[in-house]
Amino acid sequence: MMRPINLFFQVTVKFLFIIHLFSSGLVYAEAKQTINIAYLTQERKVPPPLSNLDAFIPNKGVLGSELAVADNNTTGQFTGQQFVLKKFIVPLDGNVVDAFNKEIDDQYPYVVVNLPAELTNKIADLPAAKQKLLFDAATIDDALRNEQCRNNVLHLLPSRAMRADALAQYMMKKRWNKWFLVVGATDEDRLFADAIRRAAKRFGMKIVEEKAWEHTYDARRTAQSDVAVFTQVDDYDVLVVADEQGQFGEYLEYRTWSARPVIGTQGLVATAWHRTHEQWGAVQIQNRFKDQAGRWMEEQDYGAYLAVRAIGEAATRTKSNDIKLLKDYIFSDAFALQGYKGNPLSFRSWDGQLRQPVLLAAPRSLVAVAPIDGFLHPKTELDTLGYDQPESTCKWSK
Amino acid sequence: MMKKNVLGLFLTVALTGTAQAETVFVTLEKDNALAVVDPVAGKLVKTVEIGQRPRGIAISPDNKFLYVATSDDNTIKIIDTETLKETGKLPSGEDPETFALNPAGDRLYVSNEDDSQVTVIDIKHKKAVKQIKVGVEPEGITVSPDNLWVASASETTNMVHWIDTKTNAIVENTLVDPRPRALSFTADSQQLWVTSEMAGTLMILDVKTKQIVKSIKFDVQGVTPDKIQPVGVVIDKDRKRGYVALGPANRVAVINAQTFEVEKYLLVGQRVWNLAFSPDQKRLYTTNGASNDISLIDLEAQTVTKSIGVGTYPWGVAVKP
Repeated sequence: MMRPINLFFQVTVKFLFIIHLFSSGLVYAEAKQTINIAYLTQERKVPPPLSNLDAFIPNKGVLGSELAVADNNTTGQFTGQQFVLKKFIVPLDGNVVDAFNKEIDDQYPYVVVNLPAELTNKIADLPAAKQKLLFDAATIDDALRNEQCRNNVLHLLPSRAMRADALAQYMMKKRWNKWFLVVGATDEDRLFADAIRRAAKRFGMKIVEEKAWEHTYDARRTAQSDVAVFTQVDDYDVLVVADEQGQFGEYLEYRTWSARPVIGTQGLVATAWHRTHEQWGAVQIQNRFKDQAGRWMEEQDYGAYLAVRAIGEAATRTKSNDIKLLKDYIFSDAFALQGYKGNPLSFRSWDGQLRQPVLLAAPRSLVAVAPIDGFLHPKTELDTLGYDQPESTCKWSK
Repeated sequence: MMKKNVLGLFLTVALTGTAQAETVFVTLEKDNALAVVDPVAGKLVKTVEIGQRPRGIAISPDNKFLYVATSDDNTIKIIDTETLKETGKLPSGEDPETFALNPAGDRLYVSNEDDSQVTVIDIKHKKAVKQIKVGVEPEGITVSPDNLWVASASETTNMVHWIDTKTNAIVENTLVDPRPRALSFTADSQQLWVTSEMAGTLMILDVKTKQIVKSIKFDVQGVTPDKIQPVGVVIDKDRKRGYVALGPANRVAVINAQTFEVEKYLLVGQRVWNLAFSPDQKRLYTTNGASNDISLIDLEAQTVTKSIGVGTYPWGVAVKP
């Protein structure tokens, strides 16, 4: 299966080598090596707006991968490697599986995938995907990192469990021990609530009250009347909200019956990336991204950026474009990805999750970075977030 | 005869006591100011406004001028060390942070982090004479004492670029540990010492081969590895010892520059970034960004003797005899 690629490379390599000798007086007269990366996504339906404050961003993710490939190529000019990013954006009514089978052929061993959870695994299970390495830049599902894990998929964004643990560590530090959990109506909300319950148990916190939000989503009514009534419950320290789509969570703050902070999917949120983050060189990538994209960097952009940078880092260090060598390097102890969050980032060997700090952010200020000081781990404190090796139910044969 | 000796002794004491009262200049990133410190007296003499977000700082070989990168003003200011007044500006390119002077003091090399380039400035004519494309997010930069090389480290590309000072072109590149931050040549220009913030290492590069000949991993008891983020590095002129600031580990590592063993970790202020020797190399000054002070290390005793409060976010440090 790899043979045609090799042949293709030999030809290209020779050709480029000749050009290189003539075109450049520099000392690094190495043959150019090409690393082809595919980016696969599908157009999303524009969700009903909660308010007119934030416009829908249709291209989350792809701009991050573009910045990363430019960064890789800046490095590549010194190492004789060239990174090529080809984008495959399937229309709303298109078929992603067909697109993958037909268009992302053997010349693309690395595929950055920005798709919903179910589709991500559907792609990972295709015969053509078996020889590839997929970089999931969008999902946060714990199932994909546990019982439904795939050995050809790496996950760039923190899972719901990692986010819930980050929030729990902060609440524990603040001694907000009694939680009032409010859960929205979608499946995702229920998954987020599951992660919150797991975190409460892990860190010895107490969910003293739990309620499902069943009220209207109309801002004018919700805000004024329903919330006060809805939040008349026994005493609690903090309201934890599970509303991933943002259908009502924003209307809880300042409207609860008792004066209590809101945390979870709104209020203080746990995220891989945030516009308020500027430590550890983050201000530089925020600026570079904004210059290029004309907007702030979103989480999926960060995920896609890291995915392409991980490929770049592995290719630079191994001086190779071979998928086996790169995959081995990515899972080795030597792999250290710079993600502008202080610690070097690496992939957990048991589930392919990128271990990383999780930011805890209010809309206009960064509040804390988890793991919070004092939460210890024998190997790395980053593994206090999410499913640690002994807890993982992922069984893959690598 | 006797009298003369006593006088001589008295003079020596006087010299070591007061005549060496050098001045330490510290840029205060969040105060938009420059702190002027009398280290021997152990006090902040004064603070002067300098411009938006001052970071990198260097002193001219004749000690007459300070160069200060005021990042948010997109310039490097020239400051008279006596009057502390601005006497001119250099065209540094955007967002200057770190830069290096050549030994003659007539060329200045600036890292332009957002543009992935190094700007070469002719100081006399206050003109940018060349822009050199380097890797992503260039940070640390230094010139070899023999003036043959400019070494520039790019943080995201993880490389040291070797720039020939005659041609202002990159001649070679060395792949190093992730997020290289600062670098420094030994006085004999034989070695280049490079710190990696992410790997927590110090790498020694041989200038002839441009290869890493030694890598030292720092390990401080009671400090988790991810807190050990090496930044500033200096080596004494006899190449006996080198010193590395370990960032949020709040320590300065003392390294035997012959055996490359870590001899000691000295506890200083919080988030220690940059280092500078006193002119006689008997003391070392550290800027501690998070505790808003500088530490003074007595190098003969190898102990921290003083910490002096200077202002918010001390960043760079330069010393005038």
